Amino acid sequence: MNKVVSNAQEAIKDIHDGVTIMLGGFGLNGIPENSIAALVQKGIRNLTCISNNAGVDDFGLGLLLQKKQIKKMISSYVGENAEFERQLLQGELEVDLIPQGTLATRIQMAAMGIPAFYTPAGFGTEVAAGKEVRYFNQKPYLMELALHADFAIVKAWKGDALGNLVFRKTTRNFSTSMAKAGTITIAEVEELVPPGEIDPDHVHVAGIYVHRIFQGQQYQKRIEKRTVRMG
Amino acid sequence: MALDKYGIAKRIARELQDGMYVNLGIGIPTLVANYVPEAITVIFQSENGILGMGPYPAEAEIDPDLINAGKETVTLIKGAALFDSAESFGMIRAGKIDLTVLGAMEVSENGDIANWKIPGKMVKGMGGAMDLVASAKNIIVAMMHTNPKGESKLLPACTLPLTGLRCVKKIVTDLAVLEITPKGFLLKEKAPGVSVEEIKAKTLGRLVCPANVPDMHI
Repeated sequence: MNKVVSNAQEAIKDIHDGVTIMLGGFGLNGIPENSIAALVQKGIRNLTCISNNAGVDDFGLGLLLQKKQIKKMISSYVGENAEFERQLLQGELEVDLIPQGTLATRIQMAAMGIPAFYTPAGFGTEVAAGKEVRYFNQKPYLMELALHADFAIVKAWKGDALGNLVFRKTTRNFSTSMAKAGTITIAEVEELVPPGEIDPDHVHVAGIYVHRIFQGQQYQKRIEKRTVRMG
Repeated sequence: MALDKYGIAKRIARELQDGMYVNLGIGIPTLVANYVPEAITVIFQSENGILGMGPYPAEAEIDPDLINAGKETVTLIKGAALFDSAESFGMIRAGKIDLTVLGAMEVSENGDIANWKIPGKMVKGMGGAMDLVASAKNIIVAMMHTNPKGESKLLPACTLPLTGLRCVKKIVTDLAVLEITPKGFLLKEKAPGVSVEEIKAKTLGRLVCPANVPDMHI
């Protein structure tokens, strides 16, 4: 078993035009910086990207948007990216906006091998268009399908050679579910350690879900809104 | 005089009770955390995966791996817990959150809310708002009574794409506290110095005005 690759270029070597990719992160928090840079560099196009947000104009998925590499975005909130809003309003970009909890759970269902679930979110709104409505205890629910992807790319704090992952603070966000949902899952980590270094009790994503892992470099960890307490 | 956004937040803080788990939306709702009465303990949830969100960090405490749902740097209180987004919305959907405070562009007299899209103009996405309003036990809307053009945001029916149906319980604006009832917006309190006539003039939906409307305590 050898999951360790040397860098992002090697990890994404078989990602080609037109695939669907899940990318972990919430805003710029915990995004796979090295892999995004490699996707930009490789110039792959017509991507469908599943990610809660679309980055900002000059970082994260915003870098792929600027180069028009994304055909379709599946997200819940895209408000921090002017280029995204421009492409959307101009009709240059397909967008599927999904309630955040529905998005998280659709990914989680894919991770758990469950094809669909029912949620009250979006009932009576345009999100409900075309969806099956079912009542449980007199309350209406929408049927939502599991969301799969050809590749999932996540960034963890620590990982080992067997693919076990540990996340730090709020960077777990969508990444743990995505890591488990990808057909092929790529994990970039701040620190790659030998098996045994991570306490099994502390593993957030078990290695079975992770196909390729590498230690990333030069993390910027950009902060979107630097809010500070006075005094 | 009409309240400013801090006044609205202070009034909503009076709704907090000891032991509540509370989710605050972006904007005015976020300010509510600054006015929690000292005698009570309230735990703030942030839907990106925090229970026990604390105040903004001091400069030296800033951690880029720790943000809230508004993408702001934050801290954790002692006893905080972290989890992923799927679990976070699980606790929201399962009704564990006692109070949700969020902003709105429009609220209708039957409690519908619109706050995520202006067709052709603004498409930011709904984020977690649809999940929150569909499952929260108690929803308070914090907003200005009128939009920047001076038009009422309290309407007979929402004109913008909806976020959720019949979910709002209470609205705190710069002018008034109102409850959603089967007869429409019930005027419960008015901002000190604001007349009932002004509130009537700026409320397009059905407004029920009791004989005596007390001033808000802030």
